Amino acid sequence: MQISGAQMVIEALIAEGVDTVFGYPGGAIMNVYDEIYKQDGFQHILTRHEQAAVHAAEGYSKASGKVGVAMITSGPGFTNAVTGLADAYMDSIPLVVISGQVPMSLIGTDAFQEIDAVGISRPCTKHNYLVTDAADLARVLKEAFYIAASGRPGPVHVDIPKDVTAQIAEFDYSKPVEIETYKPNVVGNPRQIKKAIEAIANSKRPLFYLGGGIINSNAAYEVRELVKKTGIPAVETFMARGTLAHDDELLISMLGMHGSYAANMAMSETDMVIALGARFDDRVTGKLSEFAKNAGVIHVDIDPASISKLVNADFPIVGDVKNVVAQMLEKCGEINPDNYESWRETINNFDELHPLTFHEDTDRIKPQWVVKRVGELLGDSANISTDVGQHQMWAAQFYPFSRPRQWISSGGLGTMGFGFPAAIGVKAAAPEKISINITGDGSILMNIQELMTAVEKKLPVINIILNNNYLGMVRQWQTLFYDKRHSETDLSVQPDFVKVSEAFGGIGYRVTTKEEFDIALKESVAKNVVSIIDVVVERLENVMPMVPAGGSLFNMMLLEKKEK
Amino acid sequence: MTENSERRVVSVIVVNEASVLSRITDLFSGRGYNITSLTVAPIPDSKYSRLTIVTSGSVRVIEQITKQLHKLIPVLKVYEHADLVEKEMALVKFPITENISDINAICEAYNGKIVNVGNDVIITMVADEPKRIDHYLEAIKRYNPKEIVRSGAVALER
Ligand SMILES: Cc1ncc(C[n+]2csc(CCOP(=O)(O)OP(=O)(O)O)c2C)c(N)n1
Ligand SMILES: [Mg+2]
Repeated sequence: MQISGAQMVIEALIAEGVDTVFGYPGGAIMNVYDEIYKQDGFQHILTRHEQAAVHAAEGYSKASGKVGVAMITSGPGFTNAVTGLADAYMDSIPLVVISGQVPMSLIGTDAFQEIDAVGISRPCTKHNYLVTDAADLARVLKEAFYIAASGRPGPVHVDIPKDVTAQIAEFDYSKPVEIETYKPNVVGNPRQIKKAIEAIANSKRPLFYLGGGIINSNAAYEVRELVKKTGIPAVETFMARGTLAHDDELLISMLGMHGSYAANMAMSETDMVIALGARFDDRVTGKLSEFAKNAGVIHVDIDPASISKLVNADFPIVGDVKNVVAQMLEKCGEINPDNYESWRETINNFDELHPLTFHEDTDRIKPQWVVKRVGELLGDSANISTDVGQHQMWAAQFYPFSRPRQWISSGGLGTMGFGFPAAIGVKAAAPEKISINITGDGSILMNIQELMTAVEKKLPVINIILNNNYLGMVRQWQTLFYDKRHSETDLSVQPDFVKVSEAFGGIGYRVTTKEEFDIALKESVAKNVVSIIDVVVERLENVMPMVPAGGSLFNMMLLEKKEK
Repeated sequence: MTENSERRVVSVIVVNEASVLSRITDLFSGRGYNITSLTVAPIPDSKYSRLTIVTSGSVRVIEQITKQLHKLIPVLKVYEHADLVEKEMALVKFPITENISDINAICEAYNGKIVNVGNDVIITMVADEPKRIDHYLEAIKRYNPKEIVRSGAVALER
């Protein structure tokens, strides 16, 4: 079939089963937008900033498990999108991001809106392409989708010069992808798995260390079964929230910098770490030399470079967690759950000693209460996105997650401004669920313009601002480690968030009491239009417990005990 | 890091395509790895090129380098050489007024010779192990070399 490069982009997206594209047009990508106008194979959601388009594609991908797609123009359109690419790269989110480029004849001339896009995206994508001939487009786009979704997922950037989108060439999308140099290993080595199972059976205090790779590979239900069958307790990383249901008896909690005391103590006392799709991030491990010091390490990961990068693996297993866990399930009969009775008891004692909790000891609402309350009222019916800061950690700590892909948050890059556009993408992917964005008074302003997108496309995200009039997380570090010098973190001057939302055609509530909060949330759910619930919370609350940066997991700052 | 840093030669087979070299060098600079020397040339009758990278780092860093290289999509193979034949070339320009027969004798000791004689200068070429090239460059210092160029190492597994 002889068609233009721009038509090829449309045909490829439709062939890939894409139903939603997030984007923003401009000169270099206009040929493609002209074809978008003519087609009805997918919907296009116009965000109001390119960064938001990419975050929305991320949210869409995280909620649906599909490849997210964003489209932008050259120059400033592309540079605006870079934060999104970097965010997706750090959290292994499969995206295909297509950008326009100046015509080939102008590349290298400092043309209007020219920037070396593939040069910039190289370190923050899994792979990228500059397409110089429309005849390559079918292959490139097909490879892009394949690379994004396979192996360790990640964003792929495709930069297409304007003349290439106008060029007519042959298009055949039926050829299978054949990349000789890219063959991810998906099945675990059976001998290694056998050895790992033996090591678990011989251990006394084994611990599952569940990571975000489980969510990416859709392995949560297999993992639930493995945990149940073996009776081995589990900790989740921030990225893995929702792998086990919140009420699973074997789920200790989240570990790491703001993990629970019991989770971090379990990691410090275990004699066999079973890491599944986790990457030993510094926010998880604390001081490396003290991390799980006396334990053997089984490390299952699709990415060989993640294994023994930071912590040496005694039993490295390269493979897709879903396959490896299925392989482990076949063999796990050797493991006797009764052997870990006293270990489970030890962990329960840790939890009773310092449970993950907070004190309701001020007039103002406690931010943690808000998160818990959303959980009580909405539970499984909501997907929870967040921005970055204290509110994000409270959401991770206190929301009762019940399923994978319920939790959408920027972990690796920690991008303020992620939450709202991500929640828009989540709503587009899962309209039957309520899409909540738990955000901060700082973060929400970093993509507030997306109120317009949400109104226009009728994507009723509920933004809950835990408003402490601070860049709270930074303020917390200043309080604790900079002798209370709160440099440039006071956000006393604020907009009227209710009016802001109303100005865009949404609804808004300013909430100072628990009763008002319940009403605001219930009304927001019922009214089905984008909403901001601005909750006035205790200003100086700290996220606790906490492992100070570089400290050991077992040396936590703990919540002060209070007599009831 | 207190771990010992070792010199290592890594060969990388890559698809010949635009910007593949930047992918490799970006990886080294982005992750803070060293490049002592890097050579690259197409492999005859194939769509591949071969890079020879001399680097240094602890055992863990070298392992990461090979794994991270392997993750790049256009990388076909990565060899971290243990037992290898390694050669490097050096071209040196001397004033014609220096003792040419001495220079020639030294070059011969390092698998080399005079390759060009001009009105004012001669150019010599030697090819040997990188360590021996170091020695050679030390030995010819007193003949007032005007310009020195080293090619970087190439290597093959035995
Ligand atoms: C784009 C970006 N800039 C700066 C930071 C550093 N940072 C991390 S948390 C935080 C404060 C966030 O404030 P707010 O959104 O009000 O959340 P809170 O911590 O108060 O809950 C800042 C500035 C960041 N993570 N992202
Ligand atoms: Mg705040």
